[in-house]
Amino acid sequence: MSPEPGEPPSPQETTAVTQEVVPLTPELLISQLLRGGVLLSMSLVTCGMVMTFFRHPDYFSSPDALQRLTAPDAAPHQLTDVFEGVMAVRGQSFVMAGLLVMITVPVLRVALSLGIFRAQKDRTFAAITTGVLALLLLAFFLGGVE
Amino acid sequence: MAAVLDATPFNFVAIVLCVSIGAGLLGSLLGLGGGLILIPVLTLVLKVDIRYAVGASIVSVIATSSGAAAAYVRDGLANLRVAMFLELATVAGAVSGAMLAGMVGGRALYFLFGAVMAYSALAMLRKLREDRSPRAEPPPDALADRLGLHGSYYDVSTGGEVTYRVHRPLVGLGLMYIAGTVSGLLGIGSGALKVPAMDLAMGLPIKVSTATSNFMIGVTAAASAGIYFARGDIDPFIAGPVCVGVTLGAFMGSRFLTKLKSGSLRMLFVAVLLWVSYEMLSKGIRG
Repeated sequence: MSPEPGEPPSPQETTAVTQEVVPLTPELLISQLLRGGVLLSMSLVTCGMVMTFFRHPDYFSSPDALQRLTAPDAAPHQLTDVFEGVMAVRGQSFVMAGLLVMITVPVLRVALSLGIFRAQKDRTFAAITTGVLALLLLAFFLGGVE
Repeated sequence: MAAVLDATPFNFVAIVLCVSIGAGLLGSLLGLGGGLILIPVLTLVLKVDIRYAVGASIVSVIATSSGAAAAYVRDGLANLRVAMFLELATVAGAVSGAMLAGMVGGRALYFLFGAVMAYSALAMLRKLREDRSPRAEPPPDALADRLGLHGSYYDVSTGGEVTYRVHRPLVGLGLMYIAGTVSGLLGIGSGALKVPAMDLAMGLPIKVSTATSNFMIGVTAAASAGIYFARGDIDPFIAGPVCVGVTLGAFMGSRFLTKLKSGSLRMLFVAVLLWVSYEMLSKGIRG
């Protein structure tokens, strides 16, 4: 299956073809995950910032607003708060959601590596990767109880 | 907390965004992380509380690391097995570092930051003079053999496949714990500590060390970022523009400009870094 010469393939066709020709190596999978995660996170953060200023025109003029915004505990810093804010289409929560996606990307990368090592039947490295994943989850857990 | 002059939120975000683009650009030119440049500007110039500066920086560290690593991994330059093995230590270190950061005061953070910054500047200076003579074949290492850490990469400059052998993985593991702790405490990638641990102690080629360090930094930073988030140290009004700005800056740096070759320009930057580290140290001592 090769694309018709001379006919510019549509974007979907190109990806389909490259996926057929080039086998998805573990390296390529990890690379795509990293790139996709960063792009998603950046779009969420940018949208969130734009939304915030759109909904609060006084942020362009009032210096007092900054004091309120950067005061401790003004920002959502619990998963449930962020989720509720996103549902209510609040700009700040979109920014937080974007930052959380960014924080999650490396964790997903480790989880994906675990899957790859298991598929390769590499038991030593599957164990090492499980250890790294456990430590990461421990970090999130420790942060939560503090 | 972040008492920044008398700026409106919009002005503040715009200033932070511009500063972050600059930090990302400069960081990628110098081969340092953006955090090392960003944190002094946020704290010393914009008077942001160091805890918020660290929280914002750590997220931007994940962003630049993931962006750069996507290319390094695709090109087969990063050693994924060495990275995963050493991440055991960096993540453990990052957890200790982020927990410690909740206990030590702001002055200690300034002091430690100044010290790490001075070290990084001097390490950069040493790299300037160092000649790249081929090193001797490292002695065989049983653990490295068992874990299958050795690897090879395609060198663009010579156009050939370069194979290399890894040794002293446990020494590397110990050094990485320290690097992880520093990263968790200060919200920087601490690549300046990770690269020598692989390059000098474990015998990986410098290109592989740099690529692998970049790849690992994201996971190390994610561990501490989780803790900073739960503690409420990640403020969207600071971390949002920082994250977007540093990533844009680093992307521009890697895309449109080649790495700084000029020795004298680098010397100038080393001087600036040393001066800033002196400022941070004295802020740590005087309070």
